[in-house]
Amino acid sequence: MTKLKSKEKFSWKITGVLILLSILLIFLPLYLTVVIALKDPSDMVNVLAFPKSIRWENFSDAWKMTDYPVKFINTFFITIVTLIFTLLTNSLVAYAISRNRKKNRFFNILYYYFISAMFIPFNVIMLPLVKQASLFHIDNVVGITFLYIVFGLPMNTFLYTGYIKTIPVALDEAAIMDGANPWQVFFKIVFPMLTPISATVAILTFMWTWNDFLMPLILLSKPEQQTLQLSQYVFQSQFSTDYNLAFASYIMVLLPILAVYLFGQKWIISGVTNGAIKQ
Amino acid sequence: MLKSKERINFAFYLMTVPMVLLFFVFHTYPFLQGIFYSFTNWKGYGKWSFVGLRNYLHIFSDKDVGNAYAFTFFFALLATIFVNLFSLLLALGLNSKIKFKNALKAIYFLPYMLGNLIVGFIFNFVFANLLPMLGQALGIGALSVNILGTDNAWIGVLLVTVWQSLAFNTLIYLSGLQSVDQDLYEAANLDGAIGWKRFKHITFPLIAPFFTINMVLCVKGFLMAFDQIMAMTNGGPGSATTTISVLIYKKGFQGAQFAYQSADAVLLFIVIVSISMFQLFVLEKREAKFE
Repeated sequence: MTKLKSKEKFSWKITGVLILLSILLIFLPLYLTVVIALKDPSDMVNVLAFPKSIRWENFSDAWKMTDYPVKFINTFFITIVTLIFTLLTNSLVAYAISRNRKKNRFFNILYYYFISAMFIPFNVIMLPLVKQASLFHIDNVVGITFLYIVFGLPMNTFLYTGYIKTIPVALDEAAIMDGANPWQVFFKIVFPMLTPISATVAILTFMWTWNDFLMPLILLSKPEQQTLQLSQYVFQSQFSTDYNLAFASYIMVLLPILAVYLFGQKWIISGVTNGAIKQ
Repeated sequence: MLKSKERINFAFYLMTVPMVLLFFVFHTYPFLQGIFYSFTNWKGYGKWSFVGLRNYLHIFSDKDVGNAYAFTFFFALLATIFVNLFSLLLALGLNSKIKFKNALKAIYFLPYMLGNLIVGFIFNFVFANLLPMLGQALGIGALSVNILGTDNAWIGVLLVTVWQSLAFNTLIYLSGLQSVDQDLYEAANLDGAIGWKRFKHITFPLIAPFFTINMVLCVKGFLMAFDQIMAMTNGGPGSATTTISVLIYKKGFQGAQFAYQSADAVLLFIVIVSISMFQLFVLEKREAKFE
């Protein structure tokens, strides 16, 4: 009886503290961002007050100034194409490695090759990478997409091989007996079974490409090639005095990802946890 | 038992070799190139010649590099401590019997979704306008100026970094706490182990693997701090908040120090690998001792 009771009892003290903290730490900065984006520059004396009149022009001005549609399409293209190809190719590589590394040295070496590459931070290769990228003419949206797919390999090979190990080889063998080749085995049988780990890889890849700043900064110099994040940096000096315009612009960059979070929140949280713990 | 001679279907080579070659060309080759050029005097253009270890020797007497390393270590150390302390507290709170648990969890995870750069820009405004207003109103001298323009700029950068990193680390600790068997707590209650005592002897040892993950990811991430610095201080005032990554970027691309900053990058690589290895080794050993 007492045990049941203690399970039902909620700590209102802790709930209260957590709610208060969330208002102060999370909602206040968000509120501030929204309010400033909606205000007229003359209405900034009392920053935290609600806007006297809503100035939607902040958004349309920022839209035009940063050339938002172009930057959005670039970012969207990079994120989606990277996502699709990362899921298809990185899982395939991991599958081949995972199924053969116990019986063949080549595949075992590949495994350790990718694992050790995980220790190389991007900052360490960025100087030569820029030279390499201009040599191969990949300092553009398509090229950077290609690089994201390739650079995801170490981490994703690690995540995928860990999962593929748990799928019985007997399934592969049965399909081979029925006359399937390794490609068919992978795409028809194994790949559909990878959905949980693919979800994790998809979320991590999405977050990485959408929010990345450093790689676009060093590779994408032409305005028509820039991403949303990079364009905020590029326009920072022009925003400088007009906070209202700047904040409207920030909101337009944050909105898509907030929308994704709103709908996929549970999925995202479990995916990110999964990915981190497997590391 | 001669299984190793088993024939591998050619398709498996087709699945891997093209991607491996691409990875080599665009990741490993630049890495090796960086190491190679670190032994030269290349500016990033024009002629070059070998200079042996001169770049590496110069690093240790270079004030710019020395300051950047000192600041980066200082920053990474403080950020790691604060992030782990606060996220553990937050996770303990979120794991206790509270109302609106899932909603609160989702709210506290939100900052993780936002890009470092924009978060930095938003807090720039807070430091430049909001806090000085508050400081003047309350008559606090230290708060009445933009902290990012003073010697205390690092505090501003640190605050924002901690604010944003809390989300991810809290989530990891929370999943650790959720894996702890509730019966164990009840047994502990019967033994009179509550509060700090229970945390120290029962909870913490059980979530030690999660502590290891967080420590390693934190240190690695903070040693490479870049986005938030570029957004908030651009490495200033002067070079007070210049981290190694910022230094490599600025001097390597704009300062015609390609070879020299390559040496710097190789050193950063060695530092990060050694620290990660050391942490994994020491912390895992400690975990084992608790078992």
